[in-house]
Amino acid sequence: MKEPKTAGEITQGEQSGAGERTIHRRNFFKLLGGGIAVVLSYSDLFALPGLLRSEGEPSLADAARVDDNSIAAWIHIRENGTVAVYTGKVEVGQNIRTSLAQVVAEELAVSVGSIEMVMGDTLLTPYDRGTFGSRTTPTMGPQLRKAAASLKEVLADMAAAHWKTAKGSVQCKDGRVVHTESGKTLGYGEITKGKKIVIPLNDKVALTPADQWTVAGTPVPKVNGRSFVSGKHKYVSDMVLPGMVYGKILRAPSYGASLVSADLEKARLSAAVTVVKENDFIGVTAPDPQTAASALARIDARWNSTPQPSRADIFKYLKDNARQTDAGNNTKEAAEKAFAAATVQLRQHFEVQYIAHVPLEPRAALAIWENGRLTVWTGTQRPFGVQEELAEAFSLSKEKIRVMMPDTGSAYGGKHSGEAALEAARLARAVGKPVKVVWTREEEFKWAYLRPGGLIEVAASVSTDGTVTSWEFHNYNSGNAGIETPYEAGATHIRFHPSDTPLKQGSYRGLAATANIFAMESVMDDLARMVKKDPLEFRLHNLKDERLRNVLHAAAEKFGWQKEKKAGHGHGIACGFVKNSYIATCVEVAYDKSAEQLKILRVVAAYDCGTVINPVHLENQVMGCILQGLGGALFEEIDFMDGRILNPSLSSYRVPRFDDIPLLDIVVLNRKDIPSAGAGETPIVAIAPAIRNAIADATGIKLNALPLIPQGLKTNS
Amino acid sequence: MKINVNSTDYNLDVPDNTSLLDALRVHLNLTGSKYGCGEGACGACKVLIDGRAVASCITPVASVQNKSIITIEGLEKDGKLHPVQQAFLDEDAFQCAYCSSGMIISAVGLKTKNPKPSRQQVIEAMQGNICRCCVYPRIINAIIKA
Repeated sequence: MKEPKTAGEITQGEQSGAGERTIHRRNFFKLLGGGIAVVLSYSDLFALPGLLRSEGEPSLADAARVDDNSIAAWIHIRENGTVAVYTGKVEVGQNIRTSLAQVVAEELAVSVGSIEMVMGDTLLTPYDRGTFGSRTTPTMGPQLRKAAASLKEVLADMAAAHWKTAKGSVQCKDGRVVHTESGKTLGYGEITKGKKIVIPLNDKVALTPADQWTVAGTPVPKVNGRSFVSGKHKYVSDMVLPGMVYGKILRAPSYGASLVSADLEKARLSAAVTVVKENDFIGVTAPDPQTAASALARIDARWNSTPQPSRADIFKYLKDNARQTDAGNNTKEAAEKAFAAATVQLRQHFEVQYIAHVPLEPRAALAIWENGRLTVWTGTQRPFGVQEELAEAFSLSKEKIRVMMPDTGSAYGGKHSGEAALEAARLARAVGKPVKVVWTREEEFKWAYLRPGGLIEVAASVSTDGTVTSWEFHNYNSGNAGIETPYEAGATHIRFHPSDTPLKQGSYRGLAATANIFAMESVMDDLARMVKKDPLEFRLHNLKDERLRNVLHAAAEKFGWQKEKKAGHGHGIACGFVKNSYIATCVEVAYDKSAEQLKILRVVAAYDCGTVINPVHLENQVMGCILQGLGGALFEEIDFMDGRILNPSLSSYRVPRFDDIPLLDIVVLNRKDIPSAGAGETPIVAIAPAIRNAIADATGIKLNALPLIPQGLKTNS
Repeated sequence: MKINVNSTDYNLDVPDNTSLLDALRVHLNLTGSKYGCGEGACGACKVLIDGRAVASCITPVASVQNKSIITIEGLEKDGKLHPVQQAFLDEDAFQCAYCSSGMIISAVGLKTKNPKPSRQQVIEAMQGNICRCCVYPRIINAIIKA
């Protein structure tokens, strides 16, 4: 079926003979308004059901649902010349709203201020798996650069055609095409006014090299910063809809407990309170959160508990329940043989406690049902994932569910899931009103998920000249991120053994790289001391990776690694490489033996993530990683017994505060010759081992557990 | 009961044990002050009560009648940001910015008493505020420069 052409509706596809695919552009512009848009390709946009639907609201998001690995985005220049960028990525404080706008501004030759970033909306933005794994900058960034450059190229061509001049005689500047000879200009919006043009992304379009950037690569301030410092930004937990009520959910007393019975009568405080019970789900709604909480507290519920592991025996439990993955290979034998032959051998084991993300804005969702359609605003790193969770929970097609994600009060890997969205939607369906659910801090500690705890066992050997000859490394439960050693380590046998976690666990900034690199870099330091080598020299001796060597050198130089230490002071160094970026961290600690007081005096970190897009926001990410990592390094730990979290509050679970912060120097190696990597995770991995190694240097005490000193340092430990 | 927020009188019909934070957020729709912990441990909910930064989540609204309450929404004057707000903006002293309201209120409380605080004085005064994104060094710089 072919639609008749109308004046002003052209596509490049038609010109190049792809006319069949242009038939549904009308739906596209129904949502966008007129102008010019660039999309990934026609096959992505037009061969898909979202735009083929003749009834109901077409979803732009469905258009790019080619496969779950697609990196889709589109840019639309509106008739008024403003630019709208549509991406399924979300903003949780990492400032990609700003950095993605910067790369578009750079390639499209417009100001950052003229760009509106439409993000994380399952109706308007293309499908996206989620904002995690440091993927936005290396994948979405280049895609948007190409899209913007493709648009600019077409706009220049159109203006040249308008002036009947050669392509080479026009250039783009500040949202206008300039005819260089005559000085005549045309705004982007003027060029495309009254037209509805969709162009495919030109994968081979020329991009502006990083060393010629004028907008990208500069410290553009957070684009909507003013709304945050004035308290005007509406986080999900701040949102209100007319007729909205507040929801609270009944929680089990411990993990693994099942509901036996519940007397709901006493909770019905007034006509304004509704108690909802659907199987084991029990919740209440009320016109204000205080009433909802009071009603919830009056529910008399009986639970059946089952015995659960406690923190005291967690590491034995994790190892006993681990799946052995050594079978079917002979690297273990080779590593054991090399170990046995070595004169200097070391066996260490490391314990890493479960820790919590503690995003300062707890999970929150606002849900409304209208004519069988569900709309949810929620703070999540995966709006499309939450859409899928909702579709499954309510047996609803995804097209009937819209999930939106306003800029959210942080996540750190802790908001991949849609618990609050499901709860708000369930209550809203039951009471027939919009419902907002905001978790309490206690709920966030108990019922969100945690960074996994884990046990790591290492056996390593080294020759007397300081060459590592064998490396056997086993991680139980915490994960395999960062588990491979970057060193030339002789015969290696490296395994991750998944286990049966008694606590709910999931992603966390840097994943298990924090645990694995803690163990790895502690062992490297101990090996260096065993063969009486300087820890930096020892690392460099066993390391070929140029970029990792560079950050080690840069950190050591800024820190003054070779300088004399004061009495009672210790120096520690560690490095790590994950997700295409490189960190090295040096730490100086001071130890007062008589008072058993340890102080982290200063931290120097050198970081290389390729080309820097925003130096200030990059520094904030590195700073945030290192200082957040300080908590997990020194004192953060979830305490639990028999399925109950014992420290579910900010007065009992300690996170870094102002007076925990050492002097911090960050050196960024801006490698303009290398594509940008994401920077929100890697810098966290080296702080814990650097502190551990500095403590060993100052005191001789080798601490092999994270957190290192939850109760302060005791010399007899 | 009657409370005065940002120089405006409000009549509230709420139970006496309602927290000031709930009164502001739920009943007056002043949502700039944030919930972070409910026990006065994180500082996200701080407001100025007679010029002093106080955690509104553990302050009963009934206890602050006849007092002057200033929230983050009340710091701007004639469309111009308070110098502390401007300094946070200039220094990019936030990431997710959920803590910013409480941080700024605490800093304004400090600056009112001590316009030129030292680094150590800033750290001591801000100890009750958590920035979970941990851009503490930038916050310290912003407060000193404001």
